[in-house]
Amino acid sequence: MLRRTNKEIMSVSYVVMLLFVGMIAYLGYFTVHDADTFRNNSHNGKRLALLEDKYIRGEIQAADGTTLAASVTEDGKDTRYYPYGKTFAHVVGYSYNGVTGIESQGASYLLNSHTNPIIRIIEALRGIKSSGDTVITTLDVNLQQTVYQAMSDYNGAAVVMEPSTGKVLAMVSRPGFDPNTLPDKWEDLVNDSGNSSLVNRATQGLYTPGSTFKILTALEYMRENPSSWPSFTFDCDGTYTVEDYTINCSKKKEHGEQDLRAAFANSCNGAFAALGQQLSFSRFYNMCGDFGFNTSLGTRVPTATSKFELSNNNSTWKILQTAIGQGDTQITPMLNCLIVSAVANNGVMMNPYLIDSVVTRYGDKVASFAPASLRTVMTAAEAAEMEKMMEKVVTDGTGSEAQGSGYTVAGKTGSAETSKDVETNAWFVGYATDDNNNARQIAVSIVLEEGGSGGQAAAPVARKIFDAWYENQ
Amino acid sequence: MMVNLALEYSRYLMLLILILYTILNLYGLRSLDIAWQNRLCRHQMILILMLQFLGYVIIYLKTRELQMVMFYGVQVAVFLVYYLMFGLVYRHGSRILISNTIMLATIGLMIQTRLNFEYAIRQFFFLCIGFLMTLLIPIVIRYMHFLAKFGYLYAILGLGLLAVVWRTGSTTYGAQLSISLGGFALQPSEFIKILFVFFTAAMLHKSTSFPQVVITTVLAAAHVLVLVASTDLGSALVYFVAYLFMLFVATHQPLYMAAGFGSGGIAAALAYRLFSHVRVRVAMWRDPFYDYDNKSRQIAQSMMAIGTGGWLGSGFYQGMPGLISLVRNDFVFAAICEELGVIFAMCVILIYLGFVLQMIWVSTWMSELFYKIAGFGLAVMFGFQVFLHIGGVTKLIPCTGITLPLISYGGSSILTTMIMIGIIEGLHLMKEKEVQEDERRRRWEEEMEEREFEERIGGGSGRDDRDGRNGADGRRPIRWQEDEADEEFEILER
Repeated sequence: MLRRTNKEIMSVSYVVMLLFVGMIAYLGYFTVHDADTFRNNSHNGKRLALLEDKYIRGEIQAADGTTLAASVTEDGKDTRYYPYGKTFAHVVGYSYNGVTGIESQGASYLLNSHTNPIIRIIEALRGIKSSGDTVITTLDVNLQQTVYQAMSDYNGAAVVMEPSTGKVLAMVSRPGFDPNTLPDKWEDLVNDSGNSSLVNRATQGLYTPGSTFKILTALEYMRENPSSWPSFTFDCDGTYTVEDYTINCSKKKEHGEQDLRAAFANSCNGAFAALGQQLSFSRFYNMCGDFGFNTSLGTRVPTATSKFELSNNNSTWKILQTAIGQGDTQITPMLNCLIVSAVANNGVMMNPYLIDSVVTRYGDKVASFAPASLRTVMTAAEAAEMEKMMEKVVTDGTGSEAQGSGYTVAGKTGSAETSKDVETNAWFVGYATDDNNNARQIAVSIVLEEGGSGGQAAAPVARKIFDAWYENQ
Repeated sequence: MMVNLALEYSRYLMLLILILYTILNLYGLRSLDIAWQNRLCRHQMILILMLQFLGYVIIYLKTRELQMVMFYGVQVAVFLVYYLMFGLVYRHGSRILISNTIMLATIGLMIQTRLNFEYAIRQFFFLCIGFLMTLLIPIVIRYMHFLAKFGYLYAILGLGLLAVVWRTGSTTYGAQLSISLGGFALQPSEFIKILFVFFTAAMLHKSTSFPQVVITTVLAAAHVLVLVASTDLGSALVYFVAYLFMLFVATHQPLYMAAGFGSGGIAAALAYRLFSHVRVRVAMWRDPFYDYDNKSRQIAQSMMAIGTGGWLGSGFYQGMPGLISLVRNDFVFAAICEELGVIFAMCVILIYLGFVLQMIWVSTWMSELFYKIAGFGLAVMFGFQVFLHIGGVTKLIPCTGITLPLISYGGSSILTTMIMIGIIEGLHLMKEKEVQEDERRRRWEEEMEEREFEERIGGGSGRDDRDGRNGADGRRPIRWQEDEADEEFEILER
């Protein structure tokens, strides 16, 4: 009998062995498979900060391998060197009194080494700090420089993106700062609240969208009037008056008889204020939510939340203003870029990304990031219709300055009022399609603070970007 | 710079030492030959002292506090005295259990010192009491043959105490676990584990007839239900699983176990529907970030700690285990993973595995069912608790909040574990005595035969023959150290 009992005990001891070996296997699997996800979690900042002392930050490179940030050791002290200074300042970021940009987003890679553990142990035992992995970005050096120069001395921001993938090709915020001299200039930069040079306006700047917002107003009108919208007409005499409120077209220009397409191309404020009143405010509000307003979109590039307010309780004035992109609506240049990119990409909004891949400092692949869609915001048919309307803006309307040769541009201009005393902010959002290869597209979102008219100031910047991109391809 | 280098050397050496120790430990399981195992333990003790030395070098370099050095000195002295005393008092006790106890206690003390010096000192105090207990209990157990008689008394005591805690206990982290006694927060559910095992063993020792099984099961279920009511889910699970396995071993009836796990599954599903705190734990297991600012921060921090540590760890005293709440008891394994690395943690799991197997196998030697079931039950409790802790902390299973024996901070946990070890050593001793007597008798008979043989043919030796008997199949039979035996034999002969 006792023999038999022992047989049962032995079988339980096999179960115990299985459980314990299972724990070991799971722990190994976790370390190989999931550890990095947890390590890189945004809540893990304190532990990652600790790694600054243990690793030499790895390199940040442009898509073609050009160095954008590297560590230099002088007299036993590690400092960060940024060869392009101001041009890449915001997007690459800095690691001094806080960490920003790719220096922050990529910190878990820059401060982690995937080289052979034995090599790391040997290095550690010889007193050599391990060098972190190299982060390869999606950024294009030539394009970034072009954007930076094309914006000349305006404050503002620009985002350039590949609509089909979400790859961010360039991201500029002005005024810039030189990250190489941060330790000397820190006090000045932090106290310079007027310019806020340290802020990346492309992702954190909240701007009134102005007429660029008419993309969404028009889309909502088309959705609510699927068959009758082509027959919409409005007779524009330069001003539109409801109750005591008056909406002026730009320079009180009389557009005359306008259908929706013409009103969109000419950016006729009267027409949009009129059709805005006919919309279902709750549906409009929900659609804007789908496009990424009032919500953290979960973009791989950290972006501030854009704001949109509209309800039946709003005053007539607010309704009129909101329909033409004024009012309390605020948008980041990044989101505006995502919206036009979705039009280009048959209605699918792609998740923007800056980090393309990670390699060890010997070039062995550690991780690479694939394009991912964020959400589908339009049907392909809606996107196609919107594309036609946006092309008309460039061929027959306010955006003619964006057109160059060899490609077709679809876009929307905007001149957003911020205050009566200063010039409007100049916007241009849109994308270009290569005439020989319609798969090659590039989307831009440009805002120039106090730049005046979008068509005059911002559209030419877009053209320079398109030219630079297609010349180089 | 030099300090950094010293830190780096120490951490990799520590890993190397623990790997060596683990290999030695698993190698020790190869044979249950106590004398041979006990010789291995000398090497293990040396490795433990080396590990402890390196650990406290790091602690000193990081804190530069003299009290750390003093604490280290006292520990070394106590561990050595304890190890030697045990060897002296119980020549045939299992020293491999003792060296494993010391190893795990050492790792625990290093971690606790690193987390909070004050608690480490308290932990050490409890360990010392525990050591004394493991010195006393084996001898007591040997003479307490009446232990098997009090089945109902254990149940009344255990259930009564659990009920008292349930009604009056102070609530910590959502569970009524402890009652305050003379300034110490006592956790009776820990100590009652032993009563519970004795209860089950005594009841099933008496009879394994169906009515007896039913009565026992009802009483056992009452224990578990009171624990569930106190929301001490971890302990409830430990009691539950240990009971089913003991029942299986005593009755040879896998159907009981299947029925038990079946109803356990149904009960778990019911608990999931009825109790929000159960749902919360499952939700945290699915997504540790689902309620980061509130409840799931602990498990999320634990996972981030393990993930950041990686294979080699961030280095002892160089991580941030303090970010995990309750790290010193319910989440101590995460601290090990973070700072000492996953490889180190895997070695710790293997040490626990060896520990549990050794305990389980001791029970196979027992001839009386009561001791067999009791020893086995204690071993299963110990092993399953380790599984619940490590599995919960690493998110293999939903977290139940339970201590890791010998490493986690907690007087009740430490003392209970030490009592368990003491009892197992006691069983060991009982068996060794039997083996010793058997062997002695056999030896004497053999010797007599040999003598007769020698007298008949006048010469030759039977030594080679005996060696062959000793390890032909790699698993040597239980025996005690030969030269010692010979000595004793000679004395007997005279």
